[in-house]
Amino acid sequence: MTNPIQKIEKKVRILNETGLHARPAAIFVQVANKFNSEISVKKGKQTVNGKSIMGILMLAAGLGQQVTICAEGVDAQLAVEELEKLLLNNEQ
Amino acid sequence: MNSKKSTKNSKKLIKGIAASPGIAIGRVFIWDSEEYTISKHSISENKLMLEISRFEYSLIKTRSEILEIQNQISKEMGVEHAEIFNAHLLVLEDRMLIEEVINKIRKEKVNVEHAFVVVIKKYAEIFSKMDDEYLRERLADIQDVGKRIIRNLLGKQKQGLAELKEKVVVVGTNLSPSDTALMHKEKVVGFATDMGGRTSHTAILARSGEIPAVVGLKTITPFVKNGDIIIIDGNSGNVIINPQKAVIKKYQKEKKKFQDFEKGLSRFKSLPAITKDGRSIVIGANIEFPEELPSVIAHGAQGIGLYRTEFMYLNRTDVPTEEEHFQAYKKVAQTLKKNPAVIRTLDIGGDKFVSHLEIPREMNPLMGRRAIRFCLARPDIFKTQLRGILRASVYGNLKIMYPMISGLVELRQANEILREVMHEFKRKRIAFDKDIEVGIMIEVPSAALIADILAKEVSFFSIGTNDLIQYALAVDRINEKIAYLYEPAHPAVLRLIKSVIDAGHNAGIWVGMCGEMAAEPVFTLLLLGLGLDEFSASAVSVPEIKKIIRSVNFEQAQAIASKILLFESSEEIQKYATAKLSELITNSKK
Repeated sequence: MTNPIQKIEKKVRILNETGLHARPAAIFVQVANKFNSEISVKKGKQTVNGKSIMGILMLAAGLGQQVTICAEGVDAQLAVEELEKLLLNNEQ
Repeated sequence: MNSKKSTKNSKKLIKGIAASPGIAIGRVFIWDSEEYTISKHSISENKLMLEISRFEYSLIKTRSEILEIQNQISKEMGVEHAEIFNAHLLVLEDRMLIEEVINKIRKEKVNVEHAFVVVIKKYAEIFSKMDDEYLRERLADIQDVGKRIIRNLLGKQKQGLAELKEKVVVVGTNLSPSDTALMHKEKVVGFATDMGGRTSHTAILARSGEIPAVVGLKTITPFVKNGDIIIIDGNSGNVIINPQKAVIKKYQKEKKKFQDFEKGLSRFKSLPAITKDGRSIVIGANIEFPEELPSVIAHGAQGIGLYRTEFMYLNRTDVPTEEEHFQAYKKVAQTLKKNPAVIRTLDIGGDKFVSHLEIPREMNPLMGRRAIRFCLARPDIFKTQLRGILRASVYGNLKIMYPMISGLVELRQANEILREVMHEFKRKRIAFDKDIEVGIMIEVPSAALIADILAKEVSFFSIGTNDLIQYALAVDRINEKIAYLYEPAHPAVLRLIKSVIDAGHNAGIWVGMCGEMAAEPVFTLLLLGLGLDEFSASAVSVPEIKKIIRSVNFEQAQAIASKILLFESSEEIQKYATAKLSELITNSKK
């Protein structure tokens, strides 16, 4: 049995101290690429591909800012959960 | 050194700053002006797939190139130098970028080169405007990868020096530490750059690798093309482009003469640095990587007077781990055995920026939160390094040195953090050298002026003249317009040096010098006479300093120093010191 295609959206306030810069951005992209789903990240009016390092870096999302993670595909639920965890992780 | 005749005979002579001695004759390799002209043309509908597969092929080729270089560099220079390429791979594999290029080819029916250049330029522009140092640094990665892909699309060869087959003289506007980290040192016989001074990164690297270099040439790059013949005279600062045969011959003779001179010095390598009347001086070497140790030993240095550990932090996306610190310092300690190695703790900021630490951009970085100030603000990073040093301290004779101390509070705070680590080690029963010497760099004028106060709480001083001079004289040594004001022989600088040495000796501690001034033969007699206990310079300078020290009495040197302190201008001082040195050399020849 295969999972049906889902579309999941979740608003997240970034708690990770360094936001989505530098290493956290690279890790975010690496994790996003593990999933089959299409992943996008939205901040304000800007939407970027969640599997693109340049897209994520261009969002320049920092601590305390709100972004929306959107995943569409068979593993959308899991993808959003894991990516949310990264943004909420406030340890170094 | 260079007569007017040769100027006339050669096509083009440019004068710069002699940064690393020796003469190099070779073919030009231009490092940083790889610009390709890309034309736009339309592609017929049925050939679009072919165009897209050309793009995909160039991505695959670029990827295997990067992996190969990464592999080669990590084998030759260590994994940490290869880290920068991880960022390159991320850019290369970027889906947004790839999709945008493919969409553009499909929609506009244009050639891949054009589509790619437009897209990469768009990204480069967005990143260049970002108000974040880290993101702006990614711009360099994007451009680097972009150039590589374009080169592969165009089927052009030749890229990094790592891939070079023949020996070349590298010519560029300016070489950054990450540029030079990629250079295959055996293939580079000389450097010539538009920017930089004697203490810029290229200069230091060239001296430690014994590669002749001239920097600060202002306009060398526009005058040369790849494959031109060029002469680099690292002794006089002259660079000659496409010289005539007679000039080449003349310089081949000069080169031979210089090599003979070096050979003449080589017998001093194994001799101790001791004056005729028995005053013994320690001659150490400055290093950036443990890989330089063989050169240090070959030149007869009795240890490391300055280990610039910040190079461990460059060209990577994370901070070095305790284990990496430990392994590097252990190697140094074990290689030197009883000979000392002074490990300077992280000294970043200014021209040595570390991207992943996300240091905000400062208006005036040289006076900003750098070196010990940064470490005190980030005790986590500081402690990681201190742990590495302490763990390695049982393998040899290591000493700790804090950079850029400006007052007593900073020193005490740094020592407090060190004590915390030591307590932790005792608790956990981790072995370390309990008597490890802890000293400070004297490079801020305020520290020089209160050296008597600081001396009570440290085991040694090491005078860092490069910064001390620029802070004392308010001269940015990299700014070419005022570089002439950067005067090591300024009476103010000499007074500061004297008072530091005196204060150290009054408190019973040793005083060394690890700045470029310690490597200048013209100042050796003066510094010896002022009572300096240790000189630390690039390894190649060691034999000559030893030779000078071995040719005088300490009293003679003291008399020269006293006389120099009476002069009122650096011209007089320079002139007198030069005269005394050549007198000494002529006498010792008799």
